[in-house]
Amino acid sequence: MVPLSYYLVLSGILFACGVVGFLIKRNIITIFMSIELMLNGVNLSFVAFAAHWHALAGQVFVFFVMVVAAAEAAVGLAIIIAVYRNRETLNVDQVNLLKL
Amino acid sequence: MLSVHLILFLAFGAVAVAGAVNLLAQTHPINSALSLIAVMAALAGEYMLLGAEFLAAVQVIVYAGAIMVLFVFTIMLLNAGVEERTKGSRVATMFGIPGVLLGSVLLGWVVLRHSGTEAVAAGALPGAPAVIGQLLFHEFLLPFEITSILILIAIMGAVVLASKPPSAPARKVD
Repeated sequence: MVPLSYYLVLSGILFACGVVGFLIKRNIITIFMSIELMLNGVNLSFVAFAAHWHALAGQVFVFFVMVVAAAEAAVGLAIIIAVYRNRETLNVDQVNLLKL
Repeated sequence: MLSVHLILFLAFGAVAVAGAVNLLAQTHPINSALSLIAVMAALAGEYMLLGAEFLAAVQVIVYAGAIMVLFVFTIMLLNAGVEERTKGSRVATMFGIPGVLLGSVLLGWVVLRHSGTEAVAAGALPGAPAVIGQLLFHEFLLPFEITSILILIAIMGAVVLASKPPSAPARKVD
């Protein structure tokens, strides 16, 4: 038996690691992976709450989050490819204009 | 007393946290991608502990499989190298690190003290695919259909974004 709070703390740690990675990383692909890490942290708390409250809808929400994450990954990576094609770099410090 | 459930939770949690920290520590994106796969696999184990068998399978197939293959493919396509570190601002370090410590201690205290004294039993909830499917195709039918349209739009957007921009008027073929 594991208390619900343990799951919440683990989910919070994963989310915080995602936020830190988003802020300190300079490679645009790694930044994008940090966003996926944040989504995973939130998913864990969804599943833990679903089990805690005996509400199966929480698991369906996780399913939807995964679907949206897949769509987001496809579009985001296409944007990264477009940026790289125009800028020849993946460093976000050198991608500082809105204009491509 | 440590139950089997708690030991498994701690083991999977340790793998997940180690993977997340490794993602931050590595400088080459391919190493970060591999540690992210480790995090996702460990989370699939956590879902199994919570009784969400269907989600554990989907996590491995969709997240650790499809999405991460897309990431690795992009890293190899763009031939991404080791990232250059740049200096962050000093003010952010000065206020950020104490702020993060204070915030996490406060949050951990509140969560551990004031919520969820009740334990989550292993397999407390039937997470079988049949039950999820019932719910998905009855109560959540409209969101399900909307996400299918979203996926379609995302695929078209990805194709438009990633395809080469139409170059200057094509040369005439003699």
